[in-house]
Formats: sequence, structure tokens, C-alpha cells
Amino acid sequence: MTNAPLSVSPILGRFTLESLPLHEPIVVATFAAVALGGIALLGAVTYFRLWTYLWREWFTTVDHKRIGIMYMILGVVMLLRGFADAIMMRLQQAMAFGGSEGYLNAHHYDQIFTAHGVIMIFFVAMPIVTGLMNYVVPLQIGARDVSFPFLNNFSFWMTTAGAVIVMMSLFVGEFAQTGWLAMPPLSGISYSPGVGVDYYIWSLQIAGVGTLLSGVNLIATIVKMRAPGMTMMRMPIFTWTALCTNILIVAAFPVLTAVLALLSLDRYADTSFFTNTLGGNPMMYVNLIWIWGHPEVYILILPMFGVFSEVTATFSGKRIFGYTSMVYATMVITLLAYVVWLHHFFTMGSGASVNSFFGITTMVISIPTGAKIFNWLFTIYRGRVRFELPMMWTIAFMITFTIGGMTGVLLAVPPADFVLHNSLFLIAHFHNVIIGGVLFGAFAAINYWFPKAFGFRLNQFWGKVSFWFWVIGFYFAFMPLYVLGLMGVTRRLRTFDDPGLQIWFVIAAFGAFLIALGIAAMLVQFAVSIRDREKLRDTTGDPWNGRTLEWATSSPPPDYNFAFTPVVHDADAWADMKAHGYVRPTTGFKPIHMPSSTGTGVILAGLSVAFSVGMIWYVWWLAGLSFVAMLAVAIAHSFNYRRDFHIPAAEVVAAEDARTRLLASGALA
Amino acid sequence: MSAAPAAFPRDQFHLAEEHEHPEGSSTMLGFWIYLMSDCLIFAMLFATYGVLGTSYAGGPGPKELFELPLVALNTSMLLLSSITYGFAMLAMTDGKVRATQAWLAVTGLFGLAFLGIELYEFAHLIHEGAGPQRSAFLSSFFTLVGTHGLHVTFGLVWLVVLMAQVGLHGLIPANRRRLMCLSLFWHFLDVIWIGVFTFVYLMGMLR
Repeated sequence: MTNAPLSVSPILGRFTLESLPLHEPIVVATFAAVALGGIALLGAVTYFRLWTYLWREWFTTVDHKRIGIMYMILGVVMLLRGFADAIMMRLQQAMAFGGSEGYLNAHHYDQIFTAHGVIMIFFVAMPIVTGLMNYVVPLQIGARDVSFPFLNNFSFWMTTAGAVIVMMSLFVGEFAQTGWLAMPPLSGISYSPGVGVDYYIWSLQIAGVGTLLSGVNLIATIVKMRAPGMTMMRMPIFTWTALCTNILIVAAFPVLTAVLALLSLDRYADTSFFTNTLGGNPMMYVNLIWIWGHPEVYILILPMFGVFSEVTATFSGKRIFGYTSMVYATMVITLLAYVVWLHHFFTMGSGASVNSFFGITTMVISIPTGAKIFNWLFTIYRGRVRFELPMMWTIAFMITFTIGGMTGVLLAVPPADFVLHNSLFLIAHFHNVIIGGVLFGAFAAINYWFPKAFGFRLNQFWGKVSFWFWVIGFYFAFMPLYVLGLMGVTRRLRTFDDPGLQIWFVIAAFGAFLIALGIAAMLVQFAVSIRDREKLRDTTGDPWNGRTLEWATSSPPPDYNFAFTPVVHDADAWADMKAHGYVRPTTGFKPIHMPSSTGTGVILAGLSVAFSVGMIWYVWWLAGLSFVAMLAVAIAHSFNYRRDFHIPAAEVVAAEDARTRLLASGALA
Repeated sequence: MSAAPAAFPRDQFHLAEEHEHPEGSSTMLGFWIYLMSDCLIFAMLFATYGVLGTSYAGGPGPKELFELPLVALNTSMLLLSSITYGFAMLAMTDGKVRATQAWLAVTGLFGLAFLGIELYEFAHLIHEGAGPQRSAFLSSFFTLVGTHGLHVTFGLVWLVVLMAQVGLHGLIPANRRRLMCLSLFWHFLDVIWIGVFTFVYLMGMLR
């Protein structure tokens, strides 16, 4: 059965110099650029003597705010990589007509579309979602940190380790050429004997540990750490969506872990779970992976629904319309997320009754989602709407997501799906909801909470430039794909015969180019805002006239978040405090109990990268050694019982006095 | 943590005294949620066995392979280890360090016996040519039972570490909490094994 590589050296495994893609000029040039950039970055950090600062204040921190920021940075950096893949695909497809092979060979092109999907979902969308929840949830519920601060640091580094493994595959060996879900038998050892699928498996397994643990952590935080007075029905909507998302994470990611473990056994131990021989069943993989995969899309979108709820209420100057229905809609979506997975493979042949059941459950999801859209509209209705950047992204989302939702309902009709399955119509649909929903939500959130996290607002001009390039670029890039999909063009094609199709691909490539400008404008926005930070300074801690507790503290918040634990009387706790003549306490500060930093998370994640490299390249000694080392480090960590300290009252007084002066200066100005 | 809404006067917006979440107050909840996610991994493996359990691919089936007396012995080892873990927890409640450690040691020995018998069974099957590569049925059998065995192995490592920690620091709250977590884990593995015993071995003999 096995198509084992010719030689596995006991020292280097199956790694040879041939494994380096030196024959691919594009990869070599990319490597040169990345290496030069990397050396410049490391050199700068060394030159400015930042290593100790970074290690002490960031890498080993257990502060949920810093971990949240690091997640966001990871997501944005990986967005650049994922987008580079996207624009390469658009270029290839716009060129490869009339006998032209384009500029990417099949081996390279297949890796690119796989890497694009994997990176965008696991290393862009997931870190951004997790980062937002990490940053915002403890502040919104009036807590000092999450329930398990060390675990939080560990989760972040495991996610990063997964990203490192994916990036490594670009320059050492290859990535999977299977599409982002690595369906067998193509991903089995007979058809994918190289290291690509192993890179895929281990990067997702390592990152998956991080995601699962951060899910456990945030559920415990929301259930156990809420400020006194904050009953479940007084939680901000974003916290509600975060709770439901983390329930989905805990109930879905183990499925991915299990199914990837079975695929690994097929590849490493020659078992027959998903093979065509010896009784294996490849379709079972499709079933199992979508049992994770469908909840996954709700894991991504639910927190963004929360973001839009916060933004709409804040910038309309009103309480959210239909709070209770919003909460129930979120819970209904959470439940329905588990009973629709089969719509991803109507064409598998489960029969009319099974397909109709899943078609109907899929359509039913549009009811709670529609309820949410109407709640946002009614919140805006007769509100005093301020069209700041977060609100603009929200409006763009409502329009774009509604279109994506409607094409989704089209795809939910099984007979229509038999025509559209795996076509570019599907590609257009899910980019329509993921870009229009998750990414627009992420941008709304970044513009909304940036002043809280860093103490100054983002530049509005460049934000608007980015907004218009992104939104217009999105429509140019994906509307043509709907047309092509209806004409029957399938996904993942490298070359085309029919010259009549080319114009649509050229328009789509133009759209991708506009999006590139949108991303560039966003980077300029960050740079300009950092340059003008004094002008954009937020002295109040409440730049948008916010409604929830995160705006009650300073921007950026002190390490301990709140000098005194807040008492909550209303769902819009901060709006309620402002309305009832809340006076900020300036005396009576006490020492504050906080968790201590630890380097264990970084070390464990580093060892898990070494372990994965060993497994991917069949370097068994490395895998064994790093596994034992991981166990040893984890056990040693458990012998450390001193994991907390108290911030002395004097320090709290100093921080709070500084804020008093800042507030006074802001009031004068 | 939320108190009844009426507990605070309408104009009180913060607590004057430092509001401590006692250390580890979320640990049991967090660990329970983790266990449920682990339970899902087993659910997947059971489902896989359910789908592939009759795909013998012309190879041997459960009737030819399983020896119920051996499995009965194995099951009793694990069930006894759960009972002795319960005794360890009773000793912990009474604050008896030595007795807690002793019962933990007994639990560990039963766990080792369980693993030994399981490894013997696996070796025997592989020797007969019924290894995990033989058929999808055997792949899913070895994976389900082996994953449980791996969990028991990790439980044993954890148990030894905890015995050392109880020896070092006594039955302090942190150690009691850890013993509670391992207790949940250990009994959870028992419950999973009862599923394996019934669903894989007993039902297998009936097929």
C-alpha cells in the first residue's frame, strides 16, 4: 500500500537538499525577500535592545489584553500571506487562456489554493476572532483577566506555532496540494506521498490545541468571572456571541482533532480508515470533517455579529433593539450550526429525504440571522447615527452579507446544489459571507477598539480609502465568480479553453488588485496613526460615547483593568453609569491580586514545532526527543505553585492619579 | 458570580473592597468542559468504529479475535482502580497524606495491570496477523481501544506527579484541586471503558 519515499535517513529523515524548492524561481525570490525582511526585523530588535522588553512584557505575558493584541498581529501578518496567495491565483486564472499555461505550474498552483484556504481560515480569521474575544470579553464583564491566564498564553503560542509550521512549508519541502480540507483518498499516502499533507496535518493539530484551550478558557471566564450584578441577560451582546462561539469551539474542534488523527494513522501507520481498500471509507472523512467544518463558519461569524451589535448601538446612540431576541437568535444559530453539515455534500448521494432534511435546516438558519439584520436596522432607525469607520464597515456588511446569505439559501436547495456544487458560484458565495461578514467585522472591530487598546484613534482618511477600495474591490472580485459559476466553471482550475470566459477572470483580477490597494491603505492607516498618535490621543477612555464596561476604564486600560470591580445594573452598564451620575473613585485603592508571567507557553510551543518537524520529515529522534521534552517542561511547570502576585496599592494610586490628571487635561482642552 | 440584582443599591457602581475570585475557582468548571471535549473525541472514535466495525475485508472478525475472560479481567482491573481512587479521595477529605498516597499507589498499580493486559492482548492480535493494518474494522478497533489506553497512560504519569506533589506540599488547596481533576479524569476513563466493553467487546461477540 505505502508508497514510501526511497530513503529515510536515520538522522535527517526524508529531508534532502532536493526538498528545498530551488528550482522554483518565484519561491526563491519570495524566500530572499522574506529572509532579508526577517534579518532586518531581527537586526532592528537587536539594535534597539528590545529582546528583553519583548520577552518580559509580551512573549511571556499572561495579560489577556496583550495576548489579544498579539493574536490580532498574527492575524494581520498572515492576512498578507494569504492575500499574496489569492492575488497569485487571480493572476494565473486571468492569464491561462488560449493555450497559455499561465505562470504557475500545477504543483505550485495546487499548493497555493490549498495554502490560501488553510491560512485564511485558521491563521487569519481564527486569530482575529480569538484575539478580539480575548481583548474585549474580560473588559466587558468587568474582570481582571481570564480564568486561566497561563493557558491563554500557551494557547496563543500554539496557534503561532501552527502558523510557523505552515510558513515553513513554503521554503522547506512543499505544502498540501489537496484543497483546504485535504479530502482522502487524494490526501492519503498513495496519492500524496510527500510532506505536504503532513505539514497540513501538524500545523492544524498544533494550532487546534491552542484554539480548543482558549475556548475552554473563555467559557469559564464568561460563566465564572462576571462582575457582580451582571446576570446572563445583562451581558453585552458581544460577550453573548463570544460565549456561544466558544461553546461551538469546544464542541467542534475535538472532531477536527479526531478526524485528522485518523488521517495521520492512515498515512503513518498504514491503517485503513479512509482508503479505498481493506474496508476503508473515504466518504466518512467528508462527513466527519464537515461536522467540524460547518460549526467552524459560525465560530467565525458569531463574534462578528456581536461586533456589529456593539457598533450599531454605540454609533446610533441607542440601546440595541431587541436585546432578548438577539440573544435567542445567537443561541438558535449555535444549535442549528450542528444540524446542517450535510449540505456541503448533497451530491454524495444520501438520498432525497436526507438531502431535504439538511436543505430545510440550512434554510431555517436564515430566520435567526434575518432577525439580527432587522434588529440592527431597527437600532439605526431614528437613531442619531454617526458614520465613523466602524459604522461604515457595519453598513457595508449588512448589504454584502445579505447578498451572500441569499446565494447561500440558493445553494441550500439540493437540486440547485447538484448544478452548482464545487463551482465558482460556491466560491463566490462563501467569500461573500466570509469577507463581507468576518473580515468587514474584523475591520469594524479594529477601528472600534483600537483607541481602547492603544490610547489613540486610527486615522480616518486612510481608513476611508481602505474602506472604499476593499468594498468596491470585493464586488469586482467576486460578482464575476457568480456569473462564471452559473456558466458551470468549477473551482481550482489552472487553465481554461473557452476564451469567452476570460473577461470575467480579468474583472475578478482587477477586483483583487483593488483589494490589494485596500490592504495597502490599511497599512498606511496604521503607520499614519502611529505617527500622529498625539493628535489622535484619546484622553477620556470613552472616545465613541460607548455603552459597555470596556469604555469605563482608561485607554489603554491599566494591567488590572479596573481599580475597583464594577457593579452592574443594566445590559448597557457604562451608559447606565453615565446616566446615573457615576463619579469615578479617586481614593481608597487596595493592592490588586494578579497572575504572574511565565515563559512555559513559549517553550512548549517551540518544542511542539520541533516535534512536528520531526513527524513531518520522519526524523523520529527529533520527534521523540521533543515529545519527552514537552512532557518534562509541562511537569516541571506544575511544580511551580507561585503563580500570582499583588500590585501594591501605591502603584494603583500612581496609575489612577495619572488618569485623573489626564481626564482633567482632556476636560480643559 | 453574579449576585441577585437587588443586592446593590441603585447608585452603587463599584465594590469598595477588593473582590477576589478565590484561586482556582474556575478550575473544576474548566476541567469539566475540557473532559466534555475529550468525550467528543471518543464519540468520533465510537462513530468510526460504528461505521467500520463490520468492514472485515475478508479478515478475522470479533468472534475469532476477542477473548471475553481476558477482557473481563481487564475491566475489573480498571473498575477496581476507580474504587481505590475513591478511597484516595476519602483519605484526602480526612486530611491523611500517607493514606492518600497509598491509595493513589494502589490505583496506579491497578492501572498498570490494566495497561499490561491490554498490551498483551494487542501483541497477541498482531502476532496472529490481526494488526491495525489488516482491515478497517481492526484499524478502528485498535484506535478506539488504543486511544483509551493512551489516556490511561497519561493518567498514570499524572498520578505519579501528583503523588510527588502531595508528598512535597501536603494536601494544600492547590493539590486537593488537582486530585479532584485527576479523579474526574480517572472516572471519566472508566465510563469510556464501559462503553468500549459493551459496544466493542460484548456486542462484537453477538454479531
